[in-house]
Amino acid sequence: MPTLQGIDLTCIRGDRKLFSGIHFSLDAGGLMQVGGPNGSGKTSLLRMLCGLAIPAHGEIRWGGSEIRSLGGAYYADMTYLGHLSGVKDDLTALENLRISSALAGTEVDASKAHDALQLMGLGGRDLLPAKVLSQGQRRRVNLARLLVCNTVLWILDEPLTALDAAAVKLMQGVMERHLEKGGMIVMTTHQEIEIAAAATQRLQLA
Amino acid sequence: MFFRITQRDLLLAMRRRSDVLTTLFFFVIVVSLFPLGVGPEMSMLRTMAPGVVWVAALLASMLSLGRMFSSDHVDGTLEQMLLSPQSLSLLVLGKALAHWLVTGVPLVLMAPVLGIQYDLSADSLLVLTASLLLGTPVLSLIGAIGAALTLGLRGGGVLVSLLVLPLYIPILIFGAGAVEASAAGLGAAAHLSLLGAFLLAAVVLAPWTTAVSLRISME
Repeated sequence: MPTLQGIDLTCIRGDRKLFSGIHFSLDAGGLMQVGGPNGSGKTSLLRMLCGLAIPAHGEIRWGGSEIRSLGGAYYADMTYLGHLSGVKDDLTALENLRISSALAGTEVDASKAHDALQLMGLGGRDLLPAKVLSQGQRRRVNLARLLVCNTVLWILDEPLTALDAAAVKLMQGVMERHLEKGGMIVMTTHQEIEIAAAATQRLQLA
Repeated sequence: MFFRITQRDLLLAMRRRSDVLTTLFFFVIVVSLFPLGVGPEMSMLRTMAPGVVWVAALLASMLSLGRMFSSDHVDGTLEQMLLSPQSLSLLVLGKALAHWLVTGVPLVLMAPVLGIQYDLSADSLLVLTASLLLGTPVLSLIGAIGAALTLGLRGGGVLVSLLVLPLYIPILIFGAGAVEASAAGLGAAAHLSLLGAFLLAAVVLAPWTTAVSLRISME
């Protein structure tokens, strides 16, 4: 199982240095919780980890190679869920899930997608257009991708916002199962949540 | 995957039919205004027809460029496309194909009907349709570059016309030229071949350029 490593990462936004000298190494079954106040660069760090932003200094390695040199091979191992849901208003929940999974490289058939939505508590609503769903339900459609993907590394930016207590508990279970199977998770959250993991590390951004 | 993305964009377009129809009606109205404005003199209408139809086609395909990436940008789908293990150029090609099917093909189908207003001969109508068939996909492909570069900018709609319209000039010259040449009895083969060459070059180069522009815009 490859390792995710961050080496001496620095992020500069405009003329402000958000963070510098960040080192970490994440192995199979490891969970990294990124904490810090609003505006401390949590999202910037996560965007760097998935290659959407380039660090001002330092590098990120997946299995020993720089992620930008890996390109598609890295993206096949990684799932990123950001602030923006990527859920299309005009498509149904089912279509949204199937298309976003296909885009991420996993074709999902209708029955499997239906089961995943059912599990996320959207049974009976999977044929409604996403525009009639509530904020929390849209978030659930987005998170359902985690149930059908088979990537190793999950990078989750505030995955629990807008979710109710039952859904938070459900996601906790999903994440724990992923870690048990040897997956890795990097996540930010402002909620207190205990996720059982082989190795948990906290990265506090000032 | 290439067809998945095309299929998705077509599905989205079907759910928002008004967007498709505005482009087509814009084209129809602009082309129909000229005979009303310049009067019913047949010989003048015949000479200006190819230019008018082509300019209207450029403007109509311009109209919908802004939407090509912006809705995906706003809701985060574009981010996911950049993180897809699939080649981004291929995804862009799929989106450009969908854009052409939605905005280009209706124009091609409508052009012969509109050409009748200008008293074009059957041969000229055929050449006009053929030139649009070869030229409009190039408009979508080049337009994609402009749309990607102006992504997320304020006033991007105006900027995209300033960027893209000059690049459309060769297509306009050879597209309208094909009809004029055929009307003058010179044969349109040379012009159509050049349009075909533009199309091939655009299919190879434009998706790649668009992919690079998207990565720059998203950073």
